[in-house]
Amino acid sequence: MKTIYFDNNATTRVADEVAEEIQPFFCELYGNPSSMHTFGGQVGRVIRKAREQVAELLGCDPSDIFFTSGGTESDNTAINGVLAAVPNRHKIITSRVEHPAVLTVCREMQNHGYTVVEIAVDKAGQLDPAELEEQIDDDTALVTIMYANNETGVIFPVEKVSELATEKGVFFHTDAVQAVGKIPLNLSKSNIDLLSLSGHKLHAPKGVGVLYVRKGTRMLPFMLGGHQEAGRRAGTENVPGIVGLGKACELAARNISQENEKVKYLRDKLEKALLEKCPDSRLNGDKENRLPNTTNISFEYVEGEAILLMLDKYGICASSGSACTSGSLEPSHVLRAMGVPFTAAHGSIRFSLSRYNTEEEVDYTIQKTPPIINRLRELSPFVTR
Amino acid sequence: MWEYTDKVRDHFFNPRNVGEIENPDGVGEVGSLACGDALKLTFSLDKNGKIEDARFKTFGCASAIATSSVLTEMIKGMTIEEAAKVTNRDIADYLGGLPEQKMHCSVMGREALEAAIENYRTGGRKKHELEGKVVCTCFGVTENEIERVIRENNITTVEGVTNYCKAGGGCGGCKPEIEKIIERLQGAKIKEETVLVPPKPRKLTNIQKIQLIQQTINEQIRPALRADGGNIELIDVIGNKVIVAFRGMCAQCRLTEFTMKDVVEAKLKEFVSKELFVEESKDSANEPHNHRG
Repeated sequence: MKTIYFDNNATTRVADEVAEEIQPFFCELYGNPSSMHTFGGQVGRVIRKAREQVAELLGCDPSDIFFTSGGTESDNTAINGVLAAVPNRHKIITSRVEHPAVLTVCREMQNHGYTVVEIAVDKAGQLDPAELEEQIDDDTALVTIMYANNETGVIFPVEKVSELATEKGVFFHTDAVQAVGKIPLNLSKSNIDLLSLSGHKLHAPKGVGVLYVRKGTRMLPFMLGGHQEAGRRAGTENVPGIVGLGKACELAARNISQENEKVKYLRDKLEKALLEKCPDSRLNGDKENRLPNTTNISFEYVEGEAILLMLDKYGICASSGSACTSGSLEPSHVLRAMGVPFTAAHGSIRFSLSRYNTEEEVDYTIQKTPPIINRLRELSPFVTR
Repeated sequence: MWEYTDKVRDHFFNPRNVGEIENPDGVGEVGSLACGDALKLTFSLDKNGKIEDARFKTFGCASAIATSSVLTEMIKGMTIEEAAKVTNRDIADYLGGLPEQKMHCSVMGREALEAAIENYRTGGRKKHELEGKVVCTCFGVTENEIERVIRENNITTVEGVTNYCKAGGGCGGCKPEIEKIIERLQGAKIKEETVLVPPKPRKLTNIQKIQLIQQTINEQIRPALRADGGNIELIDVIGNKVIVAFRGMCAQCRLTEFTMKDVVEAKLKEFVSKELFVEESKDSANEPHNHRG
């Protein structure tokens, strides 16, 4: 059975070009970039190239790029590193819909005397910069707001928010794991101080990421024990991962317009058809300010895990904000923060596309999904017909 | 991804006995949309008093649907007395097992069956009624129900109780109460866990004392308040006077004084020094009301 992969916000396939680029760094060019000999030293050059490729995509200086093990490490480093560098301030501002890699870290800081303000979102999953501005005070050490939400694809007014933070002399971090490679960014014209990205969300391998740190941002190193990454992140470099991420960024820069045309067209077609063909379905999130690849649809009166399993039978991969899929008993904190009623939150399905998806796959999914919803509704005691 | 047995998958993809019997002899309805799963079970009896037909309608995940389907198969041909003896274990075993976190689905099946039998016996067309004190307000689970799943499934942890009947799986505020119920019923079976022993009294420097107060608040007090959506902040320590501020739900709670005296002061006396006493910072009452969730 063919796999139809609509779960690209969870992870992506490694691009063929990326896999090819990485290959020599396992058995041939396996030297340590820190070594004095030519054999190792030549690897240092490819890391430099990868750094430039990432910087090119982000529109920043290569020396501001620090390689990490992924988005979660970047988020942890950014938050803990900044807080440690400004010990006299004790307030963190974030949002209620952040990824756990940010939200859990912030909440943990409450145990260390920090006050954490979680900005609410409206029904569309959008936050109000004015509300955030009111919260910024002399005690605020860090504002951390995600660039785009992983569950709904909603894009936040990060440029505006970073401007507000900068005006008041407060550091601004953004978890841009879902945004990088999908929408154009230009950090040279932005007030963002720190930005996290993850390789495996943009067709690079798992286990590699980046923390962008604007020059002049005070931050303590997070990993000690070596001089790598300018002393900010010790440890021998994950060379294949870094090479792959560099290549993936180069490809992303080249494909970003395609991402916004072809992928968006496919997403819109899928979304429109499902909302039309399935009664009692609704879109979750701001329709306008949204990633081109993500749609989050609630099918009322049915449960997400059951839908996923039925889709899985046809080889269709998606994800759900329902309680049952996570192992917890409560549905997605993002949908709940948006005030999506329980009836709809339990039946939410996220389809996230990539440039590898085809129109044929979309058509197949449009054909298979509505009967699944109908079938589950026939089982549901809440539907009488 | 959940590891479901082939039998679970079979009953999910090909559910048996879907629907509702017209003029049934027994109807049982449990669960709700908010809880994430719900089941309506109907059955009819033949002239010998055996269950002739059973049908279900279920909203829920794959294991909830499979559990309902298999339940209808199991009880067909049973007398009411036999059906009344079916436990959630029997249902789960019939399916070749369920993932631990999904055991509550089997409990829902048993509850629906009980409600239907109750309906047959008393004739009242009422929903499964809450008996006894409600412990978990998020999912509406009573003490009786919690005691029952503990006994029938030999549960010794709060996590286990949550897996089997959802209690404690929402805000988590009832976890201490569930712990007490487990202790009462399972006392001897609970594995001895390392308990934090209060340190022996010793002479503390000012800095050590303040650090110990902060540590005690972080580790002993805040988690308990957090469970109820509240928070606490250490404002100052002047001599033996500890000034704290309550945040979130605690700030407006009418029981603030009770919480403060009972929890904070007792813990600080226990872990730091018997001489300590607690006062609430005056500004803390004016804090915004930060509801969680």
